[in-house]
Amino acid sequence: MEKKTVLMLKERAAKVRQHSVEAVYGAKSGHPGGSLSIADVITYLYFHKMNIDPKNPKMESRDRFVLSKGHCCPALYSALAERGYFDAEELKKLRKLGAMLQGHPDMKNIPGIDMSTGSLGQGFSTACGMAAVAKRKGYDWKVYTALGDGEIEEGQVWEAAMFANQYKLDNLIAFVDCNGYQIDGAVEDVMNPNPVDDKFRAFGWYAQVIDGHDFDEIDNAVNNALASDKPSVIICKTVKGKGVSYMENNYSWHGKEPKDDEYAIAEKELYDAWVKAAEDVKNG
Amino acid sequence: MAEKEATRVAYGRKLAELGEKYDFYVLDADLSGSTQTAVFAKKYPERFFNCGIAEENMISVSAGIAATGIPAIASSFAMFACGRAFEQIRNSVAYPNLPVKICASHAGVTVGEDGATHQFCEDMAIMRALPNMTVVCPADSASTEALVEEIIKYDGPVYMRLGRYAVPQFYTKGEVEFKLGKGIVLAEGTDVTIIATGIMVAAAMEAKEILASEGISAAVIDIHTIKPLDVELVTEYAKKTGYVVTTEEHSVVGGLGDAVISALAESACAKVVKHGIDDVFGTSAPAGVLLEHYGLNANGIVDKVKKLLNK
Repeated sequence: MEKKTVLMLKERAAKVRQHSVEAVYGAKSGHPGGSLSIADVITYLYFHKMNIDPKNPKMESRDRFVLSKGHCCPALYSALAERGYFDAEELKKLRKLGAMLQGHPDMKNIPGIDMSTGSLGQGFSTACGMAAVAKRKGYDWKVYTALGDGEIEEGQVWEAAMFANQYKLDNLIAFVDCNGYQIDGAVEDVMNPNPVDDKFRAFGWYAQVIDGHDFDEIDNAVNNALASDKPSVIICKTVKGKGVSYMENNYSWHGKEPKDDEYAIAEKELYDAWVKAAEDVKNG
Repeated sequence: MAEKEATRVAYGRKLAELGEKYDFYVLDADLSGSTQTAVFAKKYPERFFNCGIAEENMISVSAGIAATGIPAIASSFAMFACGRAFEQIRNSVAYPNLPVKICASHAGVTVGEDGATHQFCEDMAIMRALPNMTVVCPADSASTEALVEEIIKYDGPVYMRLGRYAVPQFYTKGEVEFKLGKGIVLAEGTDVTIIATGIMVAAAMEAKEILASEGISAAVIDIHTIKPLDVELVTEYAKKTGYVVTTEEHSVVGGLGDAVISALAESACAKVVKHGIDDVFGTSAPAGVLLEHYGLNANGIVDKVKKLLNK
């Protein structure tokens, strides 16, 4: 990937992180940890890779994205707002009565949301359904989906993994956001899903393991995946809470909002990171 | 009267026929021979997905297909399609209001010998509770065929209840118009209204004859759409006759009977008695024996009517 593209994506991701935490703070609830760990993948897809048109969110030939780990929608909503699907002011109303932005993605009312998700495991199967249609109809659109490393404890995920292999869904690319934590603690302590890559390989998938915060690695992996004749999984090693010092690798930030003093710290850290990223774009 | 046939057989035949007229996908979970989706699969293999023994995935895959704008028809036994995959139906299908049609066969006690684990008598209660969901339960082959086309044309989620057991045929193809949400008056009567659904419609017609021979005039209504219920029609006949007996091959908890009672509660224009499976699990036996055992036949309905009318 060109250096200027990487710098642009870093700046966009910094903005997505700012919005994500601000939205959760405003909502006084939500899931900052996983939003921050998946922010780079979402930014890459919406600002670089996917064939989409924010002015025509339902464009038939578009690539699809299903956030199977639907609770991390603050990152997705932030990317959609920055991409122009809707006004960023909506982010301030997240989770409030009458708001368009629901606590989990709602495809019926939010422009750019391809599937309603939130109950873990189901989004992954729906992505398989979309990919299956494209495959059978000969459409060239791709289907991307993102799961959590806690989410893959759901049995349905492995039903879907078998389905994707059975029907050779080589147009399906799944990211597993391996930030290592779920609500009750480290994934190894709660219900160890590892090794994730070998499990998917055993299910007939093409599996790659990358640094989920490195845009070059994400881009390489996606291009490899697109060239593969199997369904692809990209295991993203990530940091839960990435970008906010006290949230990083601390599972207590899975599903709660920062209080005023905590937000002040997060706001400054994320703003400073964005200023730096924006300067890098300017300086090339 | 034509030969007996199970509603699932009519469903499979019609689905294969409609494949020419409409664009849709069909999914099954390793029961395509039993649910009869195999007929469609053979004709249109490129539009069929066998999902293996994985109903939860099947329902969510169906939702993904439907999200691209093409209806998806998902079949399995009621117990697994609706019971096991309930939460997928709720969150992947009903909440986003997608055109997924869950066509569940082997509902009720007429599964027969397989016994309680496979005899799902609570499915309509569960599906009725879901916002956006339409619940359909056809009575015979002609009504099944007509309603399969209606649910494919309808742009939203549907649960259609089908049976394993061969049942009597009384509708003649093309003679009656079947519209979702519209009940069908099969017989006029003045003393009592029997409101039936599914395979109990035939028994209700039989019961009407028995009652007539004893001087009781019974109206019979086929409610093939449990939700949305044809409240107008139900209310009209409840008011007209003052007495209502509902009958269904389903638990008396949450099914047709409760739907009718809810609809009539405010006006309290009739006394209503429910006929169905009492709040119990089923048991193993041939289907015909079970219908006798649970009183799910004309005599069972007649008894309820007489008790209600104090005759």
